[in-house]
Amino acid sequence: MMGNITLLEFLSVGQPVAEHRPFPRFRLDSRAWRAMVGQLAVAEWSVMAMWGEPDEVHLALRDEETNDIAVVSHPCPEHRYYSLARARPSAIRLERAIHDLWGLAPLGVEDRRPWLDHGRWPRRHPLAAHSLPPAEAPFRYAFLTAEGDGLHQIPVGPVHAGVIEPAHFRFHAQGETVVRLEERLGYVHKGISGLLSGTSLDQAARIVGRVSGDATVAYSLAFARAVEAAIGCEIPPRAVWLRALMAEMERIANHVFDIGAVCNDAAFAIMLSHMGVLREKILRANDAMFGHRLCMDRVVPGGVTRDLAEEGAEAVKHLLYGFRKDFERAFQMYENTPSLSDRTLGTGIVPTSLIHRFGAGGFVGRASGRGQDARRAPGYPPYQHLDLTVPAYAEGDVNARLAVRFDEVRESLRLIGRILTEMPGGSFWVPPPHMAGEGLAVAESFRGEVVVWVRMAEDGGVERCHPHDPSWFQWPLLEAAIEGNIVADFPLCNKSFNCSYSGHDL
Amino acid sequence: MIPPISKILFRHLVKGPHTMRNVPPPDPDGSEELARALGETVRARLGRSLSIREVDAGSCNGCELEIHAVNNPVYDLERFGIRFVASPRHADVLLVTGPVTVNMAEALRRTYEATPGPKWVVAMGDCARDGGCFAGSYAVVGGVHAVVPVDLHIPGCPPSPKQILAGLLALLDSVAAK
Ligand code: SF4
Repeated sequence: MMGNITLLEFLSVGQPVAEHRPFPRFRLDSRAWRAMVGQLAVAEWSVMAMWGEPDEVHLALRDEETNDIAVVSHPCPEHRYYSLARARPSAIRLERAIHDLWGLAPLGVEDRRPWLDHGRWPRRHPLAAHSLPPAEAPFRYAFLTAEGDGLHQIPVGPVHAGVIEPAHFRFHAQGETVVRLEERLGYVHKGISGLLSGTSLDQAARIVGRVSGDATVAYSLAFARAVEAAIGCEIPPRAVWLRALMAEMERIANHVFDIGAVCNDAAFAIMLSHMGVLREKILRANDAMFGHRLCMDRVVPGGVTRDLAEEGAEAVKHLLYGFRKDFERAFQMYENTPSLSDRTLGTGIVPTSLIHRFGAGGFVGRASGRGQDARRAPGYPPYQHLDLTVPAYAEGDVNARLAVRFDEVRESLRLIGRILTEMPGGSFWVPPPHMAGEGLAVAESFRGEVVVWVRMAEDGGVERCHPHDPSWFQWPLLEAAIEGNIVADFPLCNKSFNCSYSGHDL
Repeated sequence: MIPPISKILFRHLVKGPHTMRNVPPPDPDGSEELARALGETVRARLGRSLSIREVDAGSCNGCELEIHAVNNPVYDLERFGIRFVASPRHADVLLVTGPVTVNMAEALRRTYEATPGPKWVVAMGDCARDGGCFAGSYAVVGGVHAVVPVDLHIPGCPPSPKQILAGLLALLDSVAAK
């Protein structure tokens, strides 16, 4: 009986918070919060995001059976709350980050090491009502150990090989085989939650569009939709379709480059060149259509900043025709090169059970059987008109993560074809009204669900905002994927995950 | 069966490369900035060859995407003798992106110290100039110059591959000029 209660039924014991749209928000006291944590152990509710405020912790949950989404808030004037970590290991790093930033301590967890805070900031708990003086010296991070005959450590980073973002990776290896990998992140923490408190709408949109540059359209989209939900702004239909066009272009550009880069890490460099050329075609088309190669700052609350001219649409259709042919040629090459398959098949396997425990999405989730896609559930326009298919594989290895990308590129090409022919005319922007309110929105980036929560002030500014990156639930799984593989396959596994450092570190 | 890779290689032999022909001229502002920065003596040393180590000191990763782009066959940076290396100990130039975060400042400083002289620092992107839209945060030190001396700025958010090429060519010209 208890196991079958739905999320919304369960939360009805809480106090509903007005003016939170489109999903409800409930405030739970300590008892109800603890009961919820208990229920999490048996219920199919996944954690979508978790963040703080000076005296409150917030949690966005999804009921996997009914697809309902709700935000749960728990006031903690004592700056303590009962941890979710036992029921949901995916929350451990989020709780550590919340403690670092807002000084709210999770109770009942073993891992108390700081996460984003490296002991270098000018004050500790920088976003708390009362922050503390700085640490006396940078923290020494106590990496987990592995002991045994012939085990050795390999420290890598933060400045590690290639053109890549910084992080530290600590390997314990036995000969060539990785026994344990532990990540240390937080190097590119920019204090984004702080910068987004009490700022103008334009400035907030710019910053959220730069949480993770490769997913800038998805972030801007999630932010714009959260703001529009909060203030009840209805955008013109054409803007909805233009946004989808940019989002699918972004997905293709990132996927083709990832495919090339993974193959390059398996010493198959021709694929990187081939895919680099394809990516360049997409970015140039973006530039011609919207005036920016990555479409940064093109999706804004109220619509988009630029319309697409008729000739632009025709030029893109023409370009995509040749693109598809080149892409399929590359796929043939991928499929028919045994020395490459030898590296990707069976490498870096993530078991499906772990994917579900962590609620991981994107190609990492889909390669291991979890076909969650925000474009379908909760879903947002215009995808309900486009018969989206979402690929899923069961193998969970590097090859499966690439296969998902190949499928998604084809699907996005198809979607773009339909978007270009079915897009309605009309205006592309309306001025967003000034109103107070709260909103939450989800957008599917190329790597998974981006969640943005926002609280708007009456003067049209942003009072608070929290962006959440899908990488939070994928980074920990990389540690599992590499176990038992050889050290030399780490770049391959890492690239097949392609987690965002910047999006995670915030 | 003819392997697909042979087909692709053959097509490119017949059709010619993707590489763009008209190279952007070296950025004139950059040349001036550099002329001030470089002493006469170091200019002749490197010929027309530079090794670059990229350092992300806190970027949003947008700048990295365009650095990857200048290495693709369309822009093909290596034909100018400029290449990216894995270790700062092999580098002449550090190409630094992002506002420098507090957590990366020491790593950037140490990377600079590990780079043998003569060395140059190029700050790439609006963030690297002054922190960009992240300036003022408790977790951000500011532009790259706040931590290590900077010889050249490449503007843009992110700079386009053409801007990056123009900036690096300006650097190469100044280094090579007798
Ligand atoms: S300059 Fe722009 S693209 Fe580059 S790191 Fe800064 S925000 Fe990102």
